[in-house]
Amino acid sequence: MEKNIAIELASVSKTFNNKKVLNKASLKIEKGTTCVIIGRSGCGKSVMLKHIVGLLMPDSGRVLVKGNDIAKVTVQELNDLRMKIGFVFQGGALFDSMSVGENVGFGLIEHNHIDRKELLERVEESLAMVDLHGIFNLAPSQLSGGMKKRVALARAICMKPEIILYDEPTTGIDPITSDSINQLIKSLHDKLKVTSVVVTHDMKSAYTVADKIAMLYQGRIIAEGTSEEIQKTDNPVVHQFINGLAQGPITETIEHHFKNTLD
Amino acid sequence: MKITEFLTNLGRSAITFWYFLGGTGYLFWQCLCCMVTPPFSRKRIFEQAKKAGNDSFGIVALVSLFIGFIYALQTAYFMARIGSEIYIASLVALSLVRELGPVITALVVAGRVGASNTAELGTMQVTEQIDALETLGSNPVRYLVVPRFIALAIMMPVLTLYADIIGIFGSYVICVYKLGISSSMYIHVTGEALVYKDIFTGLLKTIIFGMIIAISSCYEGFNVEGGAEGVGKATTRAVVSTFILIIAADCFSTAIFYFLFP
Repeated sequence: MEKNIAIELASVSKTFNNKKVLNKASLKIEKGTTCVIIGRSGCGKSVMLKHIVGLLMPDSGRVLVKGNDIAKVTVQELNDLRMKIGFVFQGGALFDSMSVGENVGFGLIEHNHIDRKELLERVEESLAMVDLHGIFNLAPSQLSGGMKKRVALARAICMKPEIILYDEPTTGIDPITSDSINQLIKSLHDKLKVTSVVVTHDMKSAYTVADKIAMLYQGRIIAEGTSEEIQKTDNPVVHQFINGLAQGPITETIEHHFKNTLD
Repeated sequence: MKITEFLTNLGRSAITFWYFLGGTGYLFWQCLCCMVTPPFSRKRIFEQAKKAGNDSFGIVALVSLFIGFIYALQTAYFMARIGSEIYIASLVALSLVRELGPVITALVVAGRVGASNTAELGTMQVTEQIDALETLGSNPVRYLVVPRFIALAIMMPVLTLYADIIGIFGSYVICVYKLGISSSMYIHVTGEALVYKDIFTGLLKTIIFGMIIAISSCYEGFNVEGGAEGVGKATTRAVVSTFILIIAADCFSTAIFYFLFP
């Protein structure tokens, strides 16, 4: 295994209710880079992300994070590995029984028994990094969608992770907040040198943050490359997706599939 | 055609049943493992104990008071015919402490606390909060199930003791102020009827009821699929299965105690 590879998925397959969501998907992500995984809604992008952090285990194939096979490590090792990974969930997934401050400091409170002063400093620092101030004691239900996502991001970076996984960070928020989140992802990448994996179908966001873009289609990675390479692609599926065209091979396959089922 | 349909449904129910039994059994085991290994969190157990115990006290008191009233009046109907009203006191005390107190309390707590557990955990599951817990390196069973399990196992006997006392008080009110039995007589007969064994076996089984409520409600909460509808369905399933399990466990434990402490 090469040293500068942070995450590697080697022909990972996963089936849910007889539906093959991942079909021998392979992807390598280098240390300190931002990889954007694009694909249609429900094509298995989030499933792929959940494999990296061990929330799902592959039916076959291997998931290597920092050289450790997720399916083979012990519970303790998996937990240690997870402490180095920050996961930003699509809806934020903030604990609604706790305040914003407790949410952000959750990992520190539970695992690194540090004193209160240092804890508060770390939480404030993380919130400041996502441009949020003075919301320490608010409940998550009092926040707007964009703020929730930023708090979720603050919670992920509070543990000073080496890898951050973003599940659709810009979906469902206004374009300005969306751009500020893109800038944040970029600056975290520049400042903290973290490896980032961003799952999205927002192409503007993808072009802004990506070092590498990978397209997931029918359970496997069909194209990989830099933003320029992806934009100049001659793969008709990728071309249809990035340009958002209603007509093309992706929709034709679906129409074909429906026609077959109806017949 | 009808027979195959019937068999299919029967088979499906059987599979669901075994899944449930296996799943709850496994969760119970995980919960026990987490209970005996550090870190422990007393704060969360207190929180849950307050939610399950203190906050349920009002409804448990109200229900058991009415049960006391009703039970005294219903037995009085027959006892008056055979002229032995005084035995109402011993009958009420024994049935309340041995059977009605524990079961009524368990059913009330299952409806109140069990349902809320399932709804809360189910919503957490749907909104990925349980996944978030895991990614932050916390075991959801340790963090969510263990405090509820311990809190319910401790609070159920306490609530039942309250229910017993209040139920007997309800019956006392009816007997003394309505049926004309003297107060000292009532207390004397009650004290004579009850032995430690009755109170002990009555309270012991409530610990089991508490564990059943915690495990089956948390299990259903963890296994919610879909959105709000899934949470609703799981809550219904949790309450129904908890009721059935409580009655079954009651039957078993009563039988065991009957032969163990004759």
